Amino acid sequence: MPATEALDQIVSQARDEFARAADPAQLEQAKARYLGKSGSITEQMKGLGKVSPDERRLLGAAINAAKDQIEAALAARREALQNAALEAQLAAEALDVTLPGRGRKRGGLHPVSLTLERIEQLFRSIGFEVADGPEIETDWHNFTALNTPENHPARSMHDTFYLEDAPGLLLRTHTSPVQIRYMQQHAARYAHLERMPEIRIIAPGRVYRVDSDATHSPMFHQVEGLMVGERVSFADLKGVVADFLRRYFESDELKPRFRPSFFPFTEPSAEIDLAFTSGPLEGRWLEIGGCGVVHPNVLRHGGIDPERYTGFAFGMGPDRLTMLRYGIADLRLFFDGDLRFLAQFQ
Amino acid sequence: MQFSEHWLRSLVDISLSTEALCDLLTMAGLEVEQVLPAAPPFTGIVVARVLTLDKHPDADKLKLCTVDAGQGAALQIVCGAPNVAVGMVVPCALVGAQLPGMTIRRAKVRGVESNGMLCSARELGMSDDHSGLLALAADAPLGQDIRQHLGLDDNLITLKLTPNRADCLSLTGIAREVAALTGGALKLPQVAPVAAAQELTRAVVLDAPDACPRYCGRVISGVDAAAASPQWLVQRLERSGIRSISALVDVTNYVMLELGQPLHAFDNAHLEGSIHVRYPAPGERLKLLNGDTVTPERDTALIADEAGGSRALALAGIMGGEDSGIGGATKDLFLESAYFSPQAIAGKARALGFSSDASHRYERGVDFVLQRQAIERATQLVLEICGGVPGPVVEAVAAAHLPKRAEVKLRSARAVRVIGCPFSADQIGLILKGLGFPLRRDGDDFYVTPPSYRFDIEIEEDLIEEIARVFGYDNIPALPPTGSLAMLAVPEEQRSVMGLRHLVAERDYQELVNFSFVDAAWERDFCASEAPVVLANPIASQMGVMRSSLIGGLVNALVFNLKRRVNRVRVFEIGRCFRRDGQAQPVPGFAQPQRLAALAAGPADPEQWGEKSRNADFYDVKCDLEALFAPRLLRFEVVDHPALHPGRAARVMLEGQAIGVVGELHPRWVQKYELAALGNSAPVVFEIELGALLAHPLPSLAEVSRFPSVVRDLALLVAHDLPLQPLLDAMKGAAPAIVRAIELFDQYQGAGVAPDQKSLAFRIVMQDTEKTLADADADAVVAGLVDAATKEFGARLRA
Repeated sequence: MPATEALDQIVSQARDEFARAADPAQLEQAKARYLGKSGSITEQMKGLGKVSPDERRLLGAAINAAKDQIEAALAARREALQNAALEAQLAAEALDVTLPGRGRKRGGLHPVSLTLERIEQLFRSIGFEVADGPEIETDWHNFTALNTPENHPARSMHDTFYLEDAPGLLLRTHTSPVQIRYMQQHAARYAHLERMPEIRIIAPGRVYRVDSDATHSPMFHQVEGLMVGERVSFADLKGVVADFLRRYFESDELKPRFRPSFFPFTEPSAEIDLAFTSGPLEGRWLEIGGCGVVHPNVLRHGGIDPERYTGFAFGMGPDRLTMLRYGIADLRLFFDGDLRFLAQFQ
Repeated sequence: MQFSEHWLRSLVDISLSTEALCDLLTMAGLEVEQVLPAAPPFTGIVVARVLTLDKHPDADKLKLCTVDAGQGAALQIVCGAPNVAVGMVVPCALVGAQLPGMTIRRAKVRGVESNGMLCSARELGMSDDHSGLLALAADAPLGQDIRQHLGLDDNLITLKLTPNRADCLSLTGIAREVAALTGGALKLPQVAPVAAAQELTRAVVLDAPDACPRYCGRVISGVDAAAASPQWLVQRLERSGIRSISALVDVTNYVMLELGQPLHAFDNAHLEGSIHVRYPAPGERLKLLNGDTVTPERDTALIADEAGGSRALALAGIMGGEDSGIGGATKDLFLESAYFSPQAIAGKARALGFSSDASHRYERGVDFVLQRQAIERATQLVLEICGGVPGPVVEAVAAAHLPKRAEVKLRSARAVRVIGCPFSADQIGLILKGLGFPLRRDGDDFYVTPPSYRFDIEIEEDLIEEIARVFGYDNIPALPPTGSLAMLAVPEEQRSVMGLRHLVAERDYQELVNFSFVDAAWERDFCASEAPVVLANPIASQMGVMRSSLIGGLVNALVFNLKRRVNRVRVFEIGRCFRRDGQAQPVPGFAQPQRLAALAAGPADPEQWGEKSRNADFYDVKCDLEALFAPRLLRFEVVDHPALHPGRAARVMLEGQAIGVVGELHPRWVQKYELAALGNSAPVVFEIELGALLAHPLPSLAEVSRFPSVVRDLALLVAHDLPLQPLLDAMKGAAPAIVRAIELFDQYQGAGVAPDQKSLAFRIVMQDTEKTLADADADAVVAGLVDAATKEFGARLRA
């Protein structure tokens, strides 16, 4: 048999044997049989000394070619075995990706807080800051300074909680006393300036009235708004409130209604009504707040000259806005701490 | 204020539909709260007279009538009403009539043909009276549609009036407003003075002229107090929500509704001497018409006569007295038509615990020139209905005390500026004129004299409001305000409350809003507060005091949810607490700090596969708390707090200040509030001053070393009851600057450690910014730490 034919046969045998190797150890044993110290190729190399120089050159080249082929086959088989092993491992490691994730979840904010957050964001975007005030208030701040002196019939509009043994103190019936406190501070702070910087605030918070049914809670939320400057008008008030409502409800079609009303602390005064656009109350108007141009007496109590400065104020009910926004029918759900309700607002 | 639409339309020309009229009123500030039809929608009911009456051949309780319903031939109708009688005029539903829920058909009733139905008041929706047929006037035109005959195509309109619009507490006032808004002509009833037909009078003395600057009185003798009020008057009263009582009372109420002037009628036979308006003597008592006996305050004016020197008859402008009122036996009348000043009446009825139609009007302001007209109108009606002989009108006036109506100046430019709408002076003049206000003009300025019926026009803004209202709020533009663009402050060292809410929610707590008023028991239990801030008029006894802690509300929410089988409850609230504090500001006497409180109960993590469930404990909640404050470090001291387990509670300290507490709820409250019964272990709560949570320092940077750190672990044996903090403080006190951290990573008690000891394992991290630390350096440091622990606490290195 010519030498080259014998080499071809060796290569062919090696390929078969490598293919039969089931794991890396068998493959290494098979490798030894061809490329090891007494392997077939090594034996062929050893036979080179016995042939003539011319033949040796030819035969040597053929042996080297066969060796390369065997090494290539070996490398290919090694890789194949590695891949198979990895695949087996991956298959063994597979998870049920549909099992739920582990660990702690997240809580959430109260729905009215979500509304207050949106209100704060919207008003901050036009330069309104957030102000705050006490909830046990003086009668003076809650009523008198707001142009509602003792025995004013408007006091009967607010059924007020009073404190025992603390004459002149009450639970604030609205957030409007913050107007007085803020104006006084602001006016004092900028008394040295020729022109007082504009006041632009909102004051969200809890307020209290002696009232309790499906649409009234003895404690509820209000957001006061106040803007005072040299050129602030009722038209600006309409603009800001309408803009706010359209942004809050994300609806340009929203048409709030400004209905003449009476509050001792604003003049002209208006109720803000919003129509339900769906649901059982569709078409019905819902009162969501009151507003108006700040009464000159109120500005005076705030230490501000009403001839030079004018302002508008509004008080809105974030509870009602929240009910409209999320379709909540019963106000009491906000205050009884039912997690089955609250957890839906994450 | 409820009234009949028909009545209003009789006083002013209105071309608007009911709906448009209501819209007009609402958008002018007289909010229409409700519109109800006077009768349900029905058709085919006419006036009919019963001609003959026979027994039904087959039914004892039924009768066979023939009636003339103006249809030509008489109709045979079967009727079961007990009061049916020959000659009676009644409503008759003809065949084909549509009534709510039924159509009248020709039918056989027990074998006898019936061609319609005779009706009671209930079938007409006029009342619930179903006891018999509704008797109509004997001269009612037969065949006339009953809706027309009884004026049933009317609406009952209810206004929700604001306190400034007392002028619209009468039909005349509303008509005047409609006329101003629409230009429709007013058709107010003409009241001619009724001449005296006798000399009988009663003198009137104004001893309290500030409370009563005008008082008109008149005697009417020989009235028939038993006369029936005519149907039209009863109907107008009833459609205004006032029950008919007797002709004399009805007349006073009618005039009040028509003109807005409250009247009072005394039985003249019960009066003696002159009438006085005066303030009460100390301790003077009076029994009122409603049965209450009151002791009026010094500043509450009375009507009195001179019996026994002086005797109180009535609370002026509020309510009459029981002894001097009119009744069925009254023959002689003394009518009162007075002006009481709003200051004299305001709040008085409310202070006595009731309200009356009269006080409601007086405290808001009654037209002070109306009294004579009203008494003439009432006289006219009394004579018409009850007969009698009128005496002259006696009028006492204290002119100095009558309200003044000073001119109010209105600058057109000011109106433009306040409303933000470019009115011309001419436009403003037209609106003022339409309102019927007397005015003069000087250039662009107007000088307006407010009419006597308006009590809400005193300053320029009052007129500006009128301009805006009549012009229509809808017609005022909605403009975005213009201003200088200045950025708002965003203090970085101050977190927003909203941001804090999100942080707490991220740690798996749900926000709640609980009532600020709580059960006094919560204050005792959770705050040991025996003197809480008490409400004078709570809505319910279990909401009687202001909370001084948020914990009660959270425990209450836990109970609420456990009862609904929600067993993992993690909740928080941010809100104010209230306690007495002499130094407190800005409201003296009451501190109102804002706090954040949270509660965790049930499994630390939600029930889940692959994790063993365990309940949240003190250290879980402590970790949440520490995370909220990071990077600032809190310290915890043992505390005795009424709400908390004495061995599992800590005072939370920040930079040397106590800022709150954290701990397990006291087992006593776990028991009392039935948490144990509901299958829950003790919840863990914390309550922290909000201010401490909002402060958030700017990052302060330490140099990052180029050299490697060295870590040594160290186990110390110490007394089993030694708290960690002092030991840690001692070691940190002894640590040189290269010690970056000393952290406890294990605590062990058990085999290999004596029972009165525990083993604490610390990891010490050391690093120098100047050089690589040698083992010898590190060993020396650790030896120093051990030394400090040994010296102060007898700690030993664990082998």
